[in-house]
Amino acid sequence: MRSYAAICGSKEKEGVVGSYADITLSDDMYGESTYEKAECKMLSNAIRLSVKKSGLEEADIDALFSGDLLNQIISASFAARDFDFPFLGLYSACSTMSESMLLSAALISGGFAENCVAATGSHFATAERQYRYPLELGCTRPPQSQWTVTGAGACVISSQEGDIEIANATLGKVCDWGITDVNNMGAAMAPAAADTLLRHFSDTGTTPADYDVIITGDLGALGSRILKDLMWERGCDISSNHVDCGEIIYKVIEDEFQGGSGAGCSAVVMNSLIFTKMHAGLYKRVLFAATGALLSTVSSGQGESIPCISHAVELEVRREG
Amino acid sequence: MTGKNTENCNKNYLKYVRSLDPPTKHFKNCLAAFGVGGFICSIGQFFRYILEFAGLSGDELSGAVSVILIFLGCLLTGFGVYDRIGRHAGAGSIVPITGFANSVTSPAIEFKTEGYIYGTAAKMFNIAGAIIVYGVFSGVIVGIIYYFL
Repeated sequence: MRSYAAICGSKEKEGVVGSYADITLSDDMYGESTYEKAECKMLSNAIRLSVKKSGLEEADIDALFSGDLLNQIISASFAARDFDFPFLGLYSACSTMSESMLLSAALISGGFAENCVAATGSHFATAERQYRYPLELGCTRPPQSQWTVTGAGACVISSQEGDIEIANATLGKVCDWGITDVNNMGAAMAPAAADTLLRHFSDTGTTPADYDVIITGDLGALGSRILKDLMWERGCDISSNHVDCGEIIYKVIEDEFQGGSGAGCSAVVMNSLIFTKMHAGLYKRVLFAATGALLSTVSSGQGESIPCISHAVELEVRREG
Repeated sequence: MTGKNTENCNKNYLKYVRSLDPPTKHFKNCLAAFGVGGFICSIGQFFRYILEFAGLSGDELSGAVSVILIFLGCLLTGFGVYDRIGRHAGAGSIVPITGFANSVTSPAIEFKTEGYIYGTAAKMFNIAGAIIVYGVFSGVIVGIIYYFL
């Protein structure tokens, strides 16, 4: 891991990531004419900034892994046209950050690439338009609902330099335990997270106590509670060191109810707060499992349940010598 | 969250999730809806008195009052105030005619970026379309029942 950068919106600025993020937006439009353009610009700037911080040239980047929440991942593809490096588009809903990190690391460790960029972003207004109702519609939000994070994060993963290394990773399996309520994403995604975490522990022979902090993507307050219960039931206690990005990102839980969600949620938290703290040596070993709900408005309209996925990435501060 | 088979397991999980659902505050919500809904209606009544004083009567009067309320609903939507009211008032601001105005105006604003024809005009009845269809449909049913009574 060579460098990282995060951009977040005005609402997120007030939360924990505010002082760690590289750029915070004062208005959600980011000086553009549409919210989609704003999302694209956020993602593009996050990538540019992370490359700049790494000290590399654009020509040194061998691949960009990126994705977002919109149809045909337009933000990621449109952001990629600003750069002169190969691009692979991903869609894994809110778990895109860990998926892109995982793929970058795999490509590098296989010797096929030297430097890769992993990036993800989301925007409240664009996600709201695609998945829910128009912004100005006066409808109530159910108490289980979450608030899509406006933000983008990017990191440069390199084969040589960097003090944080991606030690292990576990690919997620799609889990569907029959939740059909699109407002209750936390409950839908918790089984996927539990499955991936348990497999990661058994594959690597570790226990939750070996990690300084176990981070999940955007389960929210309710989803985190369910995850802890699910893990506890399988004899794995993560209650002491589990943190959920969605749960911590907002300072005042008011309209957000269960916390933040969206691809940008884990991207912003990881690329600002967590990596900065790892860089400073506060966390030595971190397990990051972002979770994604793989639904569309069509599938939920047709009454399908919500399949979910979670990819885990284990990050370690590289030891001296 | 265990069970005999997948189906049983899922059922148990759903039951468990439902038990964790944060409770909806029915009493508080009803009170807010009653207050705000009543307030919107009193504004309507206020205009009704004024217009009556100005000399309107019958269908003209009720039409004029509706137009004023629709205008106010659209205006507040445009200023971005109506969704804030709606978040707390729920049915109180959805059921009156201002709520209908809001459901037409909000997609019109939202989809403006896709052009005035395919965006604003085509998406305008995205939400209101359902209200119109079922409003007319139930009107027809009630009309038929009324005819035979």
